[in-house]
Amino acid sequence: MLEIDTKGVYYRDLNKTVREAVKAGERDFILKNVNGQRYICDGICEEIKMDIQGIPGQDLGAFMNGPVIRVFGDAQDGVANTMSGGKIVVHGSAGDVCGYGMRGGKLFIKEDAGYRIGIHMKDYKEKVPYIVVGGKAGDFFGEYMAGGVLVVLGMYSRKPKSPICGDFIGTGLHGGKIYIRGEIDPYLCGKECGIEEIDAKEDRTLYNILQEFCYEFSFNIEEIIKEKFSVLWPKTKRPYGNLYAY
Amino acid sequence: MKISRYNDPKDISNCGLCGFINKKKKRVNGETIIKGIAIQHDRGNGLGGGFAAYGIYPDYAEFYAFHIMYDNAVSINETESFLKDVVTIEHIETIPTRKTIKISSSPILKRYFVKPLSSDQDFEKFGLIDKNEDDYIVKVVMHVNEKINGAYIFSSGKNMGAFKGVGFPEDIAEFFRLDEYSGYIWTAHNRFPTNTPGWWGGAHPFTLLDWSIVHNGEISSYGINKRYLEMFGYKCTLLTDTEVVAYLLDLLIRKHGLTEELACMALASPFWKHIERMDDTEKAAYTALRMVYGSALLNGPFAILFANSKGLVGLNDRVKLRPLVVGESGDFVYMGSEASSLKEMDSSISNFWAPKAGEPVIAHFEN
Repeated sequence: MLEIDTKGVYYRDLNKTVREAVKAGERDFILKNVNGQRYICDGICEEIKMDIQGIPGQDLGAFMNGPVIRVFGDAQDGVANTMSGGKIVVHGSAGDVCGYGMRGGKLFIKEDAGYRIGIHMKDYKEKVPYIVVGGKAGDFFGEYMAGGVLVVLGMYSRKPKSPICGDFIGTGLHGGKIYIRGEIDPYLCGKECGIEEIDAKEDRTLYNILQEFCYEFSFNIEEIIKEKFSVLWPKTKRPYGNLYAY
Repeated sequence: MKISRYNDPKDISNCGLCGFINKKKKRVNGETIIKGIAIQHDRGNGLGGGFAAYGIYPDYAEFYAFHIMYDNAVSINETESFLKDVVTIEHIETIPTRKTIKISSSPILKRYFVKPLSSDQDFEKFGLIDKNEDDYIVKVVMHVNEKINGAYIFSSGKNMGAFKGVGFPEDIAEFFRLDEYSGYIWTAHNRFPTNTPGWWGGAHPFTLLDWSIVHNGEISSYGINKRYLEMFGYKCTLLTDTEVVAYLLDLLIRKHGLTEELACMALASPFWKHIERMDDTEKAAYTALRMVYGSALLNGPFAILFANSKGLVGLNDRVKLRPLVVGESGDFVYMGSEASSLKEMDSSISNFWAPKAGEPVIAHFEN
């Protein structure tokens, strides 16, 4: 196991140290006193485990395909940007544009997430990305989503007065599913979305991912699933097929 | 028209910012804000850094503090002879700077503590009928910035000052010896200019009277806003989009008497689709606000921090295209582009949160 005190370490030096250690066969990392260092674990394809204490900077785990990262603190913008595989668990809140263009792996955020979570997410065969937000999310949740699974619970939030999710949910949705705990006002959802009320117990996809989410944060799944969920699904795979064609 | 070395017509920028206020007016040394912006080093590219600090001139608190950058001795002479005719100068000094290898060239930097002249005739010279001192100072600032070659007043408030230039903010801070100042509001900016020149006047903050603003983003509506402001006598001379925000705040809040909340609603107004769903009273109010202040609407991505002698305000554009994070600790309220920046300023902050798009975060001094 490699423990690194990152206090005052420039992001390039930190990432170089991590990369060289991974190359030399190290698979277990603890980063201490992280504050704002960007691009941690970006593009790493080995199945490493990394615990981060502090606040990692922008684009945590971008393009990565394999690592399991646990952040004990808040995360900033662009977590899991275009991530291919692995898992990121944030024991706090995360910023904007998390899971942008994500194509595999899992992102669990214990509390709130910012604007534009899971936009342009996509799946292909066995590669399916999952994002679960335990708190609340901002506008454009799952905008232009093409695949994968997005879940927002609204339960573990620092913003008690805010609605569970902002405006423009699933605008341009043409693949994948968005699960929202409780009812959702169709006014907030893209016109490309079909909306249905479901019981989490009867939806294996939702139930299984919630089980894993609860395992990470020691939450009680019964508490979560006692409320119904709204599921948003794409009415068509090509919402704009005729936009410029006559 | 005033000769300018920079004529690029586009106005786009992407940057990092942070700021804080002590609500009990306890003054804090500049080192805290320097830490907060230095950790955002990679959000900028060395072409602009700057700070605004409030409460730094208690000995001259009654005077307007002009910070002026000059190209050469000619511009100094011309400006000073103009100033002698229009204001009483209590004190003149060179702004203290430190020689640093990172800031290789700078304009000549001087500061003046001044008061307007007092007779009716003096006010009439500027076309002012009621004797409002703030209006008078605005006229003086606009005159120098528009008419005198090589001279720019980049700070003109009471008991506050802006310090800015070309370089990374931590280097600008070292240059201006900001570790030697103490203030109860500080804001800072790290600039990444992409389409306007990286020159000393174009660095943030932009200020007028005691307004200061730092901005991350791009005011796409700059042209409309600029023409609107010109109708009220404001001249945009600093070649960067953010300048309009400083003057809009002065116009809407100081001149037109809008509250900060209402002014923010004009700058980042709700969408018509949201106004449609409001109750009749709200609908009428927001419709009126959008109609009257349509030309003050800021389009494009922005996260801004603006401050004045009352407090500090953070605001995002209507769809949150730039990050803004808030954290509190005791009597301090911190705001910035990244949570790590706030943590660097005060490690005791634990509860970060991000404001909703278009909704201002207002932190005033306690009475």
